[in-house]
Amino acid sequence: MTDSFDPPYPNYDILRKWDSPSYNQITRDVLTERLTAVPQRQFLDEQEWRLLQAICDQLVPQPERTDPVPITPFIDAALTENRTNGTRFAGIPAMREAWRKGLAAIRAEAMAQHDTDFVSLDAHRQEALLHRINDGDAEPAHWDGMPAQRFFRSVLLKEVLAIYYAHPAAQSEIGFGGPAAPRGYVRMGADRMDPWEAPADRRNR
Amino acid sequence: MPLVEHLSPRAIAGRAPDVFRHGGWVPMREYGDDEEVDFTIVGTGAGGGTLAAKLAEAGFSVVALDAGPFWRPLEDFASDERHQDKLYWLDERISEGNDPIELGGNNSGRSVGGSTVHYQMVALRFRPEWFRSRTTLGYGHDWPVDWRRMWECYAEVEDALKISGPLTYPWGPKRGRYPYREHELNASAEVLARGCEELGVDWSACPTATVSARRGLSPHCVYRGFCKIGCATNAKQSTLNTFIPRALAAGAEIRDLSMVTRVETGADGRATGVVYQRDGQVRRQRARHVVVAGYSIETPRLLLNSASPKHPDGLANSSGLVGRALMVHTNHAVWGRFQEEIRWYKGPPSLAVCEHWNYADDEKDFFGGYAYMSQGPLPTDFAKTLAESEGIFGTELRRRMADYNHMAGLKIVGETMPQERNRVELADETDRYGVPLARVTYSMCENDRQLADHSLEFMRNALSAAGGQELFQSGGTAHLMGGCRMGFSREDSVVDGDGRSWDVGNLWICDGSLFPTGGGVNPSMTIMALAVHIADRIKTLAGQDAL
Ligand SMILES: Cc1cc2nc3c(=O)[nH]c(=O)nc-3n(C[C@H](O)[C@H](O)[C@H](O)COP(=O)(O)OP(=O)(O)OC[C@H]3O[C@@H](n4cnc5c(N)ncnc54)[C@H](O)[C@@H]3O)c2cc1C
Ligand code: SF4
Repeated sequence: MTDSFDPPYPNYDILRKWDSPSYNQITRDVLTERLTAVPQRQFLDEQEWRLLQAICDQLVPQPERTDPVPITPFIDAALTENRTNGTRFAGIPAMREAWRKGLAAIRAEAMAQHDTDFVSLDAHRQEALLHRINDGDAEPAHWDGMPAQRFFRSVLLKEVLAIYYAHPAAQSEIGFGGPAAPRGYVRMGADRMDPWEAPADRRNR
Repeated sequence: MPLVEHLSPRAIAGRAPDVFRHGGWVPMREYGDDEEVDFTIVGTGAGGGTLAAKLAEAGFSVVALDAGPFWRPLEDFASDERHQDKLYWLDERISEGNDPIELGGNNSGRSVGGSTVHYQMVALRFRPEWFRSRTTLGYGHDWPVDWRRMWECYAEVEDALKISGPLTYPWGPKRGRYPYREHELNASAEVLARGCEELGVDWSACPTATVSARRGLSPHCVYRGFCKIGCATNAKQSTLNTFIPRALAAGAEIRDLSMVTRVETGADGRATGVVYQRDGQVRRQRARHVVVAGYSIETPRLLLNSASPKHPDGLANSSGLVGRALMVHTNHAVWGRFQEEIRWYKGPPSLAVCEHWNYADDEKDFFGGYAYMSQGPLPTDFAKTLAESEGIFGTELRRRMADYNHMAGLKIVGETMPQERNRVELADETDRYGVPLARVTYSMCENDRQLADHSLEFMRNALSAAGGQELFQSGGTAHLMGGCRMGFSREDSVVDGDGRSWDVGNLWICDGSLFPTGGGVNPSMTIMALAVHIADRIKTLAGQDAL
């Protein structure tokens, strides 16, 4: 399952359009900050940070990248600012507490199952452990009343994906058009594309 | 992205942002807090923003307050999903019940212009029978407004927003031509059309609130596809760039970043104005009439938080119905992979619609109806759907996401039944303004499930007939309706057919919380049409000295 990812648009990079009318000023500002000012650890302690990083490596593995898309720093930054997402599902505490509790529970799951820290488990075991939580088979005793699957899907995984797929590298890998203001698109039909979009999917050529 | 508490009000010192120009301003009339204005309106979205314009144009003095910022789309809207979270109501609300609903970006905006700043512009009318669904269709409640009256109001709203739509619409009674011509279909819309033709049901180009040709300072839609996170082109016709400029030009004051925490009442029980917080200060605006237009969660929350000795159970709540019968739309979808590249990120996400199941009464065994539309989710949005519905992550998810450009989908706006157990209440915990958090409880009923199941089966057939493979489905909800329904008596509703509270004669509601039933179409046109109706009624009542 952890075999590698075969990109359909290998040479496409939305950042090459940077100086074109596909980027307005605010988009450039937002992306410049995201790409150059990766936040430092502030909210999580060192142990939590390393654990979260290991979890993120399973949720979005990027073995082929020398410079992986950073995820943990943006989660930490959101927690530092005490950001919320508008929904607190029953049984899930306020954001900061939910993340602390969730990380502690995942650590406890690893300890109980393998007698070792999650971070020291091999990739297969880490992945299997997270799958169990995702599939609703977590051990409630470790979660202190918090619904494990709900936390995993609605808090943890959602946030990780929101950060990963907002990154230009991730958008390039799926052939997304990327930023598009003020210039949008002209060719709307199937298999038709503007010169400033990704060229045709390699697999279809 | 900026946190709302770090922003400063822009609409001050006699001017408001010009939404059409970088750094631009338009003059704005201002009223003192102690000046008793004719109307103060809480919320400037589809309901409140429309009403502010109509009342100001009728010569009333109006101050409209919104908890959210006043954006200039051209300079403030980035092509970035994460940054644009700034458009949503992200303060925590507690979500419970058997089928707890996702709030925040899923259904709640917080900006001048409300949720229309990020709506997807699907501009549909209710089916006429839905205004009498109890009498003619056997479920829910009748509306205290006649459909022919609503038909006139829809026409006014469609003209105000210059809706781009088809020459003829296949369902329902004849309607006039849409003001602007329909948009070209994108590949994702063509999938919907193909599926319908294979199965022998009608489809239509979707009436859409973004212009297909230049309109004044709005350029034509450039098909950039970021509509759901704000239109940086100003082609989208939201409340922010239609009714709000009209309201300002007619002399209304718009106060951004102004969170109303309480409607005040006097010893006689009548409303005297509102308490609000702006720029760290607690202020009061006096008014002869108060209109609450904060949408289906904030409107009940504010009324419940405005209890007083005369109104011990919350304002306007002698019926006990404030916060009750909250509705959503079910938002089930079927997705499939196509051999060709669809590239659904181009153009407004829903350019084609099928309303067959809103009208085909004889062929179904459940109450209510649904429409379904073609889809074009942005990357993070689709990744979340994929992860949630397929229960996957890791390399498998990345691999499935690599098919992003080959995907198409059909998604419903499905009517749910009004159930009084689905509701908004106040929790014990308070927010940074000192107002109790909303606790939202939602559970589907058997009929809701039957409708969703029916739609999934039909859309599976449609998508595979159109050439889709590797189909999968997802659930979820969209939109909010109800919570303060309008009706025929003080026992069966919170307000009358004019939006006026049965209990407090100078308190009005004008937003999506008025809906007695949800209908199987997106709600904003109906909310705006109700605002037009309510404004006309207020004018008439004022003329009769009956305000
Ligand atoms: C992502 C998304 C896509 C959508 N797409 C469509 C679509 O394609 N077609 C369609 O018809 N509908 C669509 N909708 C739904 C539509 O936008 C809403 O139904 C509609 O805007 C609701 O109108 P409203 O006036 O009731 O509330 P809103 O438009 O939400 O306005 C309420 C305003 O009140 C303010 N407010 C609330 N409480 C307070 C307070 N206490 N003090 C001060 N201000 C307050 C809020 O900040 C907000 O700006 C969509 C919604 C979302 C979220
Ligand atoms: S597709 Fe049209 S409406 Fe949507 S964001 Fe682009 S210009 Fe605006």
